[in-house]
Parts: sequence; structure tokens; C-alpha cells
Amino acid sequence: MSTTETTASGVGPVEGAPLFNVDNPAPLIEAPRKRTTKTPRSTRGNFEMAAWLFMRLSGVVLVVLVLGHLLIQLVLDGGVSKIGFAFVAGRWASPFWQVWDLLMLWLAMLHGANGLRTIINDYAERANTRLWLKGLLYTATVFTILLGSLVIFTFDPNIR
Amino acid sequence: MATPVLDKVEAEAAASDHLITVTFRVRRFNPEVSADAVWEDFQLEIDPKERVLDGLHKIKWDVDGTLTFRRSCAHGICGSDAMRINGKNRLACKTLIKDINPEKPITVEPIKGLTVLKDLVVDMEPFFQAYRDVMPFLITKETNEPTRERLQSAEDRERFDDTTKCILCAACTSSCPVFWNDGQYFGPAAIVNAHRFIFDSRDEAAEQRLEILNDRDGVWRCRTTFNCTDACPRGIEVTKAIQEVKRALITRRF
Repeated sequence: MSTTETTASGVGPVEGAPLFNVDNPAPLIEAPRKRTTKTPRSTRGNFEMAAWLFMRLSGVVLVVLVLGHLLIQLVLDGGVSKIGFAFVAGRWASPFWQVWDLLMLWLAMLHGANGLRTIINDYAERANTRLWLKGLLYTATVFTILLGSLVIFTFDPNIR
Repeated sequence: MATPVLDKVEAEAAASDHLITVTFRVRRFNPEVSADAVWEDFQLEIDPKERVLDGLHKIKWDVDGTLTFRRSCAHGICGSDAMRINGKNRLACKTLIKDINPEKPITVEPIKGLTVLKDLVVDMEPFFQAYRDVMPFLITKETNEPTRERLQSAEDRERFDDTTKCILCAACTSSCPVFWNDGQYFGPAAIVNAHRFIFDSRDEAAEQRLEILNDRDGVWRCRTTFNCTDACPRGIEVTKAIQEVKRALITRRF
């Protein structure tokens, strides 16, 4: 009577040849929500709520800003053909359009960047992938916002 | 006996002419034999008015005893047999074969987003960890043992009635694409069970629970895809409950 074979693993012959036994146990897959030393103690805070609210509020404002922008640029007064240096210089002479464009730049960039941030959070599975993608995203966002703001504030219509 | 008896062959024919042939395509996985899961087909003669669980029983009892799945009460209350049937999360004990097109093979898979242990059995620990995290029990500030019943008006009871129906089957959480990614999101079921106490007039720890769900992986990761509402075998409006928790967080903060 060979008892050693059956006690090594509870798997009978009906399930096929066992690959693992007591000396060679099956690999354990770490449960996703398991508490490890790497798990941050607390990830609470109002940042995610603020981001969520910002998406809704900026979205509403952007509807007005972007549709107005498209209407002026593409539809009224002969459409795209009228756009040139003189047209932009003329609009930015008024502080109203400066504020409009600045607001649009900041809101659209932050809205889009936050949207991409949530997409990265949802789809990137490894911590390193997340880190790099977000680093790239934040760099591009900061660069575009700073460059755009610089142009709006330092725009010189008499540049030659 | 003088009662007329049907011819034996005729009786057998009468007993089986309502049976149809159904193919069950089951996702099999045994980590001790292979690291990969495979599809296995089982042909069954079965009454279309029977449930998918009856089909699985037939396979386990008569065809292949190694098929592993969870079930306890088998009547849609215990919530152990949630599985992905024809690509949708359902309770095997509440799904009739005639309702899911038996002409084509019926696919049965374990629910997604949780580690598969064997065949249709998954590790539910992450799911229950999230459930425990929201403190799903009555909390009051008074320290003495109550001397009388905690009374509640019918309207107050109605406020959270929908979320009391949860049976913790994990059909909603394992249908959520955000939960599939890294499993850090609390998941719809935990939020539903927090909702059940947050909006209970007898409970006094709503603020604590809201603070827990204000986590980076709390309610704000919900993308309102409504997968959870579609999957719930109890018909709970899960997404609505999550939105109510979000609204409570915002209105109580500002």
C-alpha cells in the first residue's frame, strides 16, 4: 500500500498529473487589495473630490468658451480666411479677449490633463508605467500652459 | 392495480420529449495541472425551464466530478454562485436556460477581477476586505446598552431600502471595469453597503464612512458606466447609490 503518493497532494488521478506538491507548492498570486508594506497608510484627502468637481464645473464653462471661440474663428465674418496676424492682434488689444483666451487655455489644459490622469489611473497596470506616463503628461501640460500664458501676456502687435 | 399504465417506451418518450440538447462551455482552471485556463464543452440533455445551476449540478454529479463551483442555498439568497454566464454576471441559480438562447453554447466563466482559485471559484478576500473597510454595522455614540428599541419612521426606513437588498454576491464589483484594473477601488458592493448605513437615521457614523469613501480609491473612481446596476441580480440601483454618496460628500463638505 503506497500512502506517500496520495498524501503528497490531495489531487487524484482524475484531475491529471499534479505539477505541485508539498515540497514544490503552487505559486501564490498576491490578492489585489491585500495590505502590504508598500500599501500607503492613508490615501484619503479631498484631492479626488476637488478633481471630480473641477471636471464638472470647468466642463460647463468650457462649453461656452470653446463654442464661442469656434463661432468667432470659423463661422462669423468669412470664416477661417480672415484669420491672420492682424486679426489676432486686433482681438488681443482688448483685455476681454485676453481673459477669454487665457481662461480657455488654463481650463482646457487642466480639464484635459485631469481626464488623461484618470485614464492613466484606470488603464496603466504597473506602478512604473503610471509614473512615466503621468510624468510625461504633467511636463507637457505645464509647458503648454506656461508658453501659452507667456504669449498672451507678452504679445507685441508691433513685432516685426 | 387496475389503472391504465402507459407503454414503457411511450412513457420514456413522454418524459424526455421536453428535453433539449444544450452545450455548456465552461472555463476550466486547475493550478495544480496547468497554469492556463481552458474551455471545456459538455453536452447535456436538459429541460429548458431548468436553471444554469442545474446544468452545472448535472455535469458535476453525472459527468465530471472535478468541476468546482460555489453554491449554497441555490435560490438566489446566499449569493455564492455569481458567475459570468454568456459574458454577463449573473447568479447561476436565478438564470433559466430558456432565457439565454440554449441554441448556442452557454459559456460559464468565473467572475472577473478576482484571482481564480479553481474552475469557477475565485478568491473573494479582496472583495470582503473592501466590505469590512466601510464598517458595515450600526455605530452609535451612546456608550450604554440601549434599554429600548431604536425606532425609525417608515420614511426614514424607505431612504435606504434599496441598498438593504444586497446579498454580497460580487456580481457588481466584478463587472466594474475600474475594479478589473488593479482591484484597489472599493467597488460598488462596498459602497452600496456603506450607503445602507450612511442614510440610516439610527446610525451616527455617516461622517466616518464618508471619510473612508473619500479615499483616492473611493467613490471618485466611479465612472458611472452602469455595469453594476445591470449586473445586480437583486435589482439594486447601484450606480444611483454611488452617486448619492458622492452628492452627500459634496453637500456635507461645502
